[in-house]
Amino acid sequence: MTGVILSALASHWRRSPLQLLTLLLGLALATALWSGVQAINAEARASYASAAGTLGEGQFAQIMASDGSPLPQQTYTALRRAGWLVSPVIEGRFGPVQIVGLEPLTAPGGLGPVSVDGGGDLAAFLSGSGQIFARADTLARLPDTGVPGVVAPDVAPDTAITDIGLAQRLLDRPGQIDRMVVLPDQPVTRRPLAEVAPGLRLAAPQDGGDVAQLTDSFHLNLTAFGLLSFAVGLFIVHGAIGLAFEQRRAMVRTLRALGAPLQRLILVMAVELAVLALVAGTIGVALGYVIAAALLPDVAATLRGLYGAEVSGQMTLRPTWWLSGLAIALVGTAVAASGALWSLARMPLLGGAHPRAFSMSHRHRGKSLLALALLLAAAAMAVWGKGLMAGFVMLGALLIGGALTLPPLLTLLLASAEKRAKAPVTQWFWADTRQQVPGLSLALMALMLAMAANVGVSTMVSSFRLTFVGFLDQRLASELYVRVEDPAQAAAIIAAAADHADAVLPLLSADLEIAGRQAEILGVRDHATYRDNWQFLRASPDVWDRLAEGDGVLVNEQMYRRAGLDLGADVALGQGVSLPVLGIYGDYGNPAGQVIVTEDLFRSLFPDVIPQQFGLRVDPDQVTTLRDRLRDEAGVPVSAMIDQAAVKAASLAIFERTFTVTTALNVLTLAIAGFAILMSLLTLAGMRLPQLAPVWALGLTRRRLAALDLLRTLLLAALTGAVALLLGLALAWALLAVVNVEAFGWRLPMYLFPLDYLRLGLLALLAAAVAALWPAWRLSRTPPAQLLGVFRNER
Amino acid sequence: MLLSLRDVIKTYPASSAAVLRGVSLDLGRGEMLALTGESGSGKSTLLHLIGGLDTADEGVVAVDGIDLTPLDDAGRAAIRRGKVGVIFQQFNLIPSLTVAANIAFQARLASRHDKERDEGLIDRLGLREHLHKYPEQLSGGQQQRVAIARTLAPQPDLVLADEPTGNLDEATADTVLTVLQDLVAQTGAGLILVTHSQRLAARLPRRLHLQGGRLA
Repeated sequence: MTGVILSALASHWRRSPLQLLTLLLGLALATALWSGVQAINAEARASYASAAGTLGEGQFAQIMASDGSPLPQQTYTALRRAGWLVSPVIEGRFGPVQIVGLEPLTAPGGLGPVSVDGGGDLAAFLSGSGQIFARADTLARLPDTGVPGVVAPDVAPDTAITDIGLAQRLLDRPGQIDRMVVLPDQPVTRRPLAEVAPGLRLAAPQDGGDVAQLTDSFHLNLTAFGLLSFAVGLFIVHGAIGLAFEQRRAMVRTLRALGAPLQRLILVMAVELAVLALVAGTIGVALGYVIAAALLPDVAATLRGLYGAEVSGQMTLRPTWWLSGLAIALVGTAVAASGALWSLARMPLLGGAHPRAFSMSHRHRGKSLLALALLLAAAAMAVWGKGLMAGFVMLGALLIGGALTLPPLLTLLLASAEKRAKAPVTQWFWADTRQQVPGLSLALMALMLAMAANVGVSTMVSSFRLTFVGFLDQRLASELYVRVEDPAQAAAIIAAAADHADAVLPLLSADLEIAGRQAEILGVRDHATYRDNWQFLRASPDVWDRLAEGDGVLVNEQMYRRAGLDLGADVALGQGVSLPVLGIYGDYGNPAGQVIVTEDLFRSLFPDVIPQQFGLRVDPDQVTTLRDRLRDEAGVPVSAMIDQAAVKAASLAIFERTFTVTTALNVLTLAIAGFAILMSLLTLAGMRLPQLAPVWALGLTRRRLAALDLLRTLLLAALTGAVALLLGLALAWALLAVVNVEAFGWRLPMYLFPLDYLRLGLLALLAAAVAALWPAWRLSRTPPAQLLGVFRNER
Repeated sequence: MLLSLRDVIKTYPASSAAVLRGVSLDLGRGEMLALTGESGSGKSTLLHLIGGLDTADEGVVAVDGIDLTPLDDAGRAAIRRGKVGVIFQQFNLIPSLTVAANIAFQARLASRHDKERDEGLIDRLGLREHLHKYPEQLSGGQQQRVAIARTLAPQPDLVLADEPTGNLDEATADTVLTVLQDLVAQTGAGLILVTHSQRLAARLPRRLHLQGGRLA
């Protein structure tokens, strides 16, 4: 019996291949966008994990020089003799590759090349006789080292691991190390660190600059986009399934009348949907892989450029990823179909003989109330919600509430227009358009979510860009930045720059615990560079004058939000020094708290710390001359000098690549929404004949009816676009002012981009017009006999 | 006794008065009965109760000795598959299946499919040239003949025909009824024909009139 029922149900798809295509493509595209974004995230996170594994970042405590300068290898030996279980690490660039030198016998297990693809001789590595481990693509770029390269897929991208001796030779730094990894279990009898080697600093785990933390913002936004895209797809699937069930109501009733039990029928329909979901999910995962592979190089470039995080540009097919893609397709289908199945289960055997107008299943009043409740819940979350989860709940409530508001709002607007219409055709046009709203509502909601996602994400990314560019102007105000290796070089730089630079600004920094949190303290010289360029979120009057006099400190937004250090609050800096907050500045992308004091105060608090960097103010035309002079007279390598203009240009170029990613996702989402409209129009076309035939019979030509249908779709798309703009701006605000603050502790200012919105609106109208063109053309070619058939009741 | 109704009462929630007010009726195997009555007299309701499509509020509806009233959905579905065949006024063919598939459908559902029997019905009802067509490509009379073939293919014990000729012209209606009577007679099943038409009712050996929810 099950097979017979299944064959009858399947016959519907054979007779309605377009509907089957809608369902499969809608679900496949939704899964593709979701799994594509997830694949990018998974790939990037795997690269971070690999980097952390290779470099030991975040997992272990580290010992390094207080001023960050290299350490002599003897310090390592001294610590080992004093009972410390530590392992030395040296790092540096060797051509295009980051070389990491380890001491294989003392390094913690997770640090080394855990697995090799074959051909690797771990014994040779352990004995220090010379091997170099890296991914295959990294090995291909590595300049000749004189030792064999071994493929090790676990190593971070663009990184090679080797024995510390070989690394010192390749980096031309004999007898030097950069830091020491501290093993978790240390003997209690070891001598204190300050006693064995003064001037060293013990950094706790997670204090080593975990790149994943910095990039979380990027991934959070990508995930939010993936969710939005999936929501758009879900609306399409919901529409397609709803329509399929609606059109099969009569068949279901007949099957039941012929003796098919209801439970079996529901079960068979659920299985049928599950099979379709698996097929569509498989296609979607494959498409997602293609999308991810196409976008990953740009994402990798963005992450590398913005955050210095190395991400492999190559995709790996991970089982967890494609399994989760299939699971989300199944869950999405189940969510979309649950209402339809429930409605079928409750359908009386003798009721609903004919397919109701698709519209009838959508009761406006209940949905309007639900929409209102969701929007109120979103507002309540915005005001009283705490934590990231509350932020996401608010986003969800805002989106679903906004989408559900659309049909009643459109109906209201069209009814109002209908009342004002005088001419009969105009009156019919408004009335007929209103009648189409329920049937098109799911597609229009999909379009609205797609447009809102576009507006929201574009506003967020563009605001991020504007803010970041302003932030770069503030932070990179000096024309040239020079990294310093030792006090002698610092003196040489000051001497060489004295006659040619307008100002030499030392940048002093140290780590400090403030208000119970690890923070960075900066010492800056009182100079117009800071006064002219720095923007405050909030500040006291005469902030720079008071700072210069040592009357207070500046804190970054993260410090202000997390430690509650508002203007006027006292900040304890150690050694009995406590000063009030004079200003709060934006510090985007930095997860840690930061405090700024005057150079004099810094030097009194940290007399041993030397500047690690100098900012040099000079006429932009003289930058090259000054660089040459510093190279020749102070022996500063070119790689230690950063040209501000070049950094800004590079940053902007990176942003353009970020835009490539978001633009591609935007276009894909919009295309899916356009596809939803096309499918809705095509499937509704058959149901439209009884509505159009009387008007045709009364004297409107088929061509005019088709033109009016096209106009109707454009009008609905335009109205949807207007509502979507409002929702998109609300979404952008929620992402910038709520989710970002809850997740990362800093708030991005929101800017508006009217031209971008106009362009998006035109693009949406184009998508709607393209979608409506074919159904309109088909209508204009409908044979009169088919229209007459409506009156003969023989359709 | 093939069918036995005792004091059947049925009221719909929307209406204050009962549609059926104590209907009792017996029908033997091979017996043919015409049920007439005005619109709203309860003819279709009575047919739905006998066919297990609906349940009585009170009384007994027994088909081949099985009381349908206490049966659940699955039990009533089994009765519809195995014992009772219903021919609807609106045909209720499955639009996505061909004529041939529609004819075989109920017999397959009841696991009683016999290709030779299908062939006989197809020839007898003149459907041979339409086997690969879909219902929407047939006229009303042709669709009703497909519905009759579908109902008779599993050889039910009792055939219920709800205004089977209501959508057909007089000549076609006569032809369809003749064929139906012949085929039911061949299988030895019972037949209850609900109709408005006194002319058609007169062609059946036994006639009952339903008025105000009671048999007259």
